[in-house]
Amino acid sequence: MSTGNMNLTLQVWRQKNSKSAGKLVDYKLSDISPDMSFLEMFDVLNEQLINKGEEPVVFDHDCREGICGMCSMFINGQPHGPKDLVTTCQLHMRSFNDGDTIVVEPWRAKAFPVIKDLAVDRSAFDRIIASGGFVSVNTGNAQDANALPIPKIQADAAFEAAACIGCGACVATCKNASAMLFVSAKVSQLALLPQGQPERYRRVQSMVAQMDEEGFGNCTNTGACEAECPKGISLENIARMNRDYFSAKFISEEEV
Amino acid sequence: MSKLNSNIPAGELTQKWTKYKSSVPLVNPANKRSLEVIVVGSGLAGASAAATLAEMGYKVKCFCFQDSPRRAHSIAAQGGINAAKNYQNDGDSTYRLFYDTIKGGDYRAREANVHRLAEVSANIIDQCVAQGVPLAREYGGLLDNRSFGGTQVQRTFYAAGQTGQQLLLGAYSALERQVGMGKVQMYTRHEMLDVVVIDGKARGIIARNLITGELERHFGHAVVLGTGGYGNVFYLSTNAMGSNVTAAWKVHKKGAFFANPCYTQIHPTCIPVSGDHQSKLTLMSESLRNDGRIWVPKKKDDTRKASDIPEDERDYYLERRYPAFGNLVPRDVASRAAKERCDAGYGVGASKLAVYLDFKANTERYGRIEASKAGNHNPDKETCMRLGTAVIKEKYGNLFDMYAQITGENPYETPMRIYPAVHYTMGGVWVDYDLMTTIPGLYCTGEANFSDHGANRLGASALMQGLADGYFVLPYTIGSYLSKEIATKPIPTDHPAFVEAENEVKATIDKFLSINGTKSVDHFHKRLGHIMWEKCGMARNKEGLTQAIQEIQDLRREFWADVKVPGSADEFNPELEKAHRVADFIELGELMCKDALNREESCGGHFREEHQTEEGEAKRDDENYAYVAAWEYKGVSEFELHKEELIYENIKVAQRNYK
Repeated sequence: MSTGNMNLTLQVWRQKNSKSAGKLVDYKLSDISPDMSFLEMFDVLNEQLINKGEEPVVFDHDCREGICGMCSMFINGQPHGPKDLVTTCQLHMRSFNDGDTIVVEPWRAKAFPVIKDLAVDRSAFDRIIASGGFVSVNTGNAQDANALPIPKIQADAAFEAAACIGCGACVATCKNASAMLFVSAKVSQLALLPQGQPERYRRVQSMVAQMDEEGFGNCTNTGACEAECPKGISLENIARMNRDYFSAKFISEEEV
Repeated sequence: MSKLNSNIPAGELTQKWTKYKSSVPLVNPANKRSLEVIVVGSGLAGASAAATLAEMGYKVKCFCFQDSPRRAHSIAAQGGINAAKNYQNDGDSTYRLFYDTIKGGDYRAREANVHRLAEVSANIIDQCVAQGVPLAREYGGLLDNRSFGGTQVQRTFYAAGQTGQQLLLGAYSALERQVGMGKVQMYTRHEMLDVVVIDGKARGIIARNLITGELERHFGHAVVLGTGGYGNVFYLSTNAMGSNVTAAWKVHKKGAFFANPCYTQIHPTCIPVSGDHQSKLTLMSESLRNDGRIWVPKKKDDTRKASDIPEDERDYYLERRYPAFGNLVPRDVASRAAKERCDAGYGVGASKLAVYLDFKANTERYGRIEASKAGNHNPDKETCMRLGTAVIKEKYGNLFDMYAQITGENPYETPMRIYPAVHYTMGGVWVDYDLMTTIPGLYCTGEANFSDHGANRLGASALMQGLADGYFVLPYTIGSYLSKEIATKPIPTDHPAFVEAENEVKATIDKFLSINGTKSVDHFHKRLGHIMWEKCGMARNKEGLTQAIQEIQDLRREFWADVKVPGSADEFNPELEKAHRVADFIELGELMCKDALNREESCGGHFREEHQTEEGEAKRDDENYAYVAAWEYKGVSEFELHKEELIYENIKVAQRNYK
């Protein structure tokens, strides 16, 4: 029940560290089971490399159930590969054919420098959240949760924006390496909720400023981010963020 | 019982925490600014503790091995979080949540801790909503609740099937806010590899920068672990790939007792193993058991497709054995029943290690209701199935999609195949009422400690405990210790204790890299997992456990002689990280077997085959085993047992009955 019958050629980006140049290296794999996940196929490759005395391929991964946002492979020109609405860890080999050549690269963006092989540094996302992606409420300051009724439709919309897993596929697929979908998802979640109102305009300005400082590109509305997002985060969030950002420039009395 | 003092405050149960809070010594704001706290782990317990401590004014350093604190495995929790809000007006109360948790834990948890947990549960929901966590709501705008196993009220708050994600992102945003204000220094891609103990007190950690490989020394007036559970000792579990016991095990080896290691929760509804390549298992939420009926064929080794097996040739074994609770028996009971059927030869699928979870009957029932709503009181079967499928899709669509993605089968057409899998560990580092370990100044929170779930955790209680510890318990109790530390100046990290701890870590790393054996780390991890699952899994017996201890000792020796760790110490080297973790899992595995061997009773997630009723149910021995088993590390393969007696003053201890 373990082995399958798929034979594959992988072309994998190998790069020793952030300072050295990288290149695509070919690997042949045989007897791959269609029931394996894409990352399990990489486990097989790595086991073979270790047994041959070569260095295994470094890649980021953790939960392997599509929610932590850590896995990040650019597969045949698409972040998280060919299937819609799944992360790399939830992609299975039955989505490929026997004899395929599969090209696997890291996320590519100035703001996401390669650390090694397929792993990149996405700490820019944390810094954007730290610049304003929160409601300023200290522990112990909260009123009763039901003292603030929120229309279901609004709560559901906030939830949909909050479903972002912070993987960075939106940046990787964008020709401008823009982080607008990621930033706007957090801006929208909090802008849609009453708890987010007091800091609404301050927040959007801080987060956009930090986004620019990190070196992400601008948005030219190609929509690739929405098409490739494994969680289906909508482009509408970017429109909402833009509205809030421009409003902030008129409304806000605070300089951020 | 010499060294164990649980420090439970005196007084009546319902007043203990209130009194404690108003009498615990305080630290004034100026002193807080000069007190440094290290928090290891950034899941619900760690992130909430780090954020809250920083808000209070302490200087905080927070460490996680992932690339961002938002990735901690709390993120994967699906079902929900319990809280005694009584929003549904169904008679819920702090006492009932307390009672259900003690009973669900099979009377092996501390009353005072669990009552405190129930008391603060309501504050958690308030706090999370204030942060902007989008919990599910009703049309009236108020919060919605659902039911979970082991209770008769609706007290579970949720955000679709992503409750853990939303709660963690709330805690993460609170944490990042403090990072942005410069009050928390965040160390991502760092792994704690030892605790530094000076004059008997925890004073810092040794951490490895996973990118550069550099070993770093960090001082803290106190150290808090929120490092999660150790389910990956079984290799295959629903834990994340990186979830590990290393931080907890290192402190154990430096003097912190490890409690009830054998209490592991095997969740009944997971997607079965499909082959040797499998790296992890995926949970299908407990909520599916509301509408799914569990069955196997009545005939042994039946190879027919599920749809070809007629109704009267199916054995709905949970409904047969437990008519009162049926498919909704607690997790431990459901898991053992599935194993029993498969072991007896009635399993399904290629591996024969699976049972069916069948939604057909309820799909048809829902369809009939929908047809009736539309005025069709005599719908044909096809209409019922079509309408009912839409209802099922709305309730469980994301889970059905995930199942289809992983197995390649369509669960709307054929029954799901499920099998139990390791999911949560109730055991962990022993802590007192203050959440302090047996090393002064070292605290342990969330799944990493042993404290609140006894021998079996109820659904939707893990998120509650993680956030209770981090937001509302530890920030108070740590003041009791730190108030006595205000005169302690930061200890320079060139202190001999730091140097020695770092040298030990370095020696271990050098050892790993110098063995240059023939087998990968994963090879050993898989073999350990196999031993643990077969002999210390859902059912255990004396013979198997005795063999397992020997096999694990042999495996340990082989590991240290023949493991192959490629690469070097001064680079990003995931194989080296795994080597640390697996080395610790091997040692922990031995202790788990020893604990399971010592506990000559069955309770909750611990089932000893020698101790069962005539009907095959778990049989507790309250006379001899109503204690917490806290193990002290004495050297390789040597552990000394200390017992903390469990005293029930408010609850009448009874045998659980689900028939």
